[in-house]
Amino acid sequence: MAVLSSGYWWSAFGITLLITVVSVAIEFVLGLALALVMHRTIVGRGLTRTVVLIPYGIVTVVAAFSWQFAWTPETGYLANMLPAGSAPLTDQAASIVLIIIAEVWKTTPFMALLLLAGLALVPDDLLKAAQVDGAGPWERLTQIILPMMKPAILVALLFRTLDAFRIFDNIYILTGGSNGTGSVSMLGYNNLFRAFNLGIGSAISVLIFISVALIAFIFIRLFGAAAPGSDTEGRRLTWLSRRPEPRRASGPWPTLWC
Amino acid sequence: MDPQPVVQAGEHHHRRELHPREWTLENYAQVFGVSLFTSALINSIGIAIIATVLSVVIGTMAAYAIARLRFPGKGLLVGISLLIAMFPPISLVSPLFDIERAIGLFDTWPGLILPYITFSLPLAIYTLSAFFREIPWELEKAAKMDGATPLQAFRSVIVPLAAPGVFTTAILVFIFCWNDFLFALSLTSTERSQTATVAIANFTGASEFAEPTGSIAAAAVLLTIPIIIFVFFFQRRIVAGLTSGAVKG
Repeated sequence: MAVLSSGYWWSAFGITLLITVVSVAIEFVLGLALALVMHRTIVGRGLTRTVVLIPYGIVTVVAAFSWQFAWTPETGYLANMLPAGSAPLTDQAASIVLIIIAEVWKTTPFMALLLLAGLALVPDDLLKAAQVDGAGPWERLTQIILPMMKPAILVALLFRTLDAFRIFDNIYILTGGSNGTGSVSMLGYNNLFRAFNLGIGSAISVLIFISVALIAFIFIRLFGAAAPGSDTEGRRLTWLSRRPEPRRASGPWPTLWC
Repeated sequence: MDPQPVVQAGEHHHRRELHPREWTLENYAQVFGVSLFTSALINSIGIAIIATVLSVVIGTMAAYAIARLRFPGKGLLVGISLLIAMFPPISLVSPLFDIERAIGLFDTWPGLILPYITFSLPLAIYTLSAFFREIPWELEKAAKMDGATPLQAFRSVIVPLAAPGVFTTAILVFIFCWNDFLFALSLTSTERSQTATVAIANFTGASEFAEPTGSIAAAAVLLTIPIIIFVFFFQRRIVAGLTSGAVKG
């Protein structure tokens, strides 16, 4: 109760929620765009995909340090591009923007890769059929590709949100939680390992766990039948039969089935 | 023409440029001079690959069961696997340390592989079951009709078709194991099983007060190379249209 009635918890909670929502939303849009690009690229496909994934592959702490270095006034190459005298990591709003940038830079590849894998499941003939029926690119994306990818989108958004809500490394290194930028995980860490308030710290851990569980629950409810484990028998077939019969131009049968 | 620095004297101490003025490989040499780094690299590669393979194999089977079969406690299994993904890992470190000390897994490869499998399985199960459910039932029925046992149908029909999902999962799990710091730091102590991320953290500068920025940066670059190789070889299996035309709509 001491935690729930404390202003620290709620301000950290608000900051965490803000960072989570904004970064996951940006990551989803960027990730989808990247996935579509990676999906369609023919020349240098391996290279494109590998390059896109590199930020995710860099050790988080090292990446966070290089961001911090880049934004430090005087020595940082990015700070030098800003007007002289500005120190973005000492201001709350600017720090949060930078934390979100670092977070988005780091984990968009995760989102992009999962969405790319989801894209691989959208049948090409369905898209061609829609094109023949006069659906534009935007309609094809929102009416066919996204609904077909729903399970993949659920997994990508769910796991990213769970991770983003527990953001720690990036904030710890970029601002150390100063100027009101601390996340709930920072709060828990400070109480457990810095102040040795074991009771308060444990209560915070439990609260984080409950928040995360709540997020997961909401996601699974929102996506309903697309969640793993729900009954799906025959779903695909009924779905297909509602669509006009796809034209099968020289059917791209996988070699497996020849 | 000789390129002249355009910065005024006195100013260039403060102004850093986007491009380095001198190139050096000294830091890389220094990294391999640290006796622990080479063994740590081998540990990292071995542990990450074994954990990835096991996690993907177990995850594939579990996800297939979740997507296809009805069995009691399915909802519970799905829920618990998500619960593992939500649990704050930091609170598990000290109990794991005690357990591994007691049963002699501390500072061994299995001592790291087991937690890695545990924490990467939820993602593997969720990703893979999202894939399996998109693969038409009819394919298995056709395989069964042709006389395949369920295991044969799974192994030679379903898994190849789910290849994009399997390899996506493999890439993500590999990166997770490769970049883990928390478990590696607390569950290892010597070169027998210490991984590269921990080795970086133990770098020391020329003097007690000097941050070994150069070595850390060089080691971080070296650490991304295996990931690049791994991703480069695995991404080519993420291709579209494997199931297209398999069933007449």
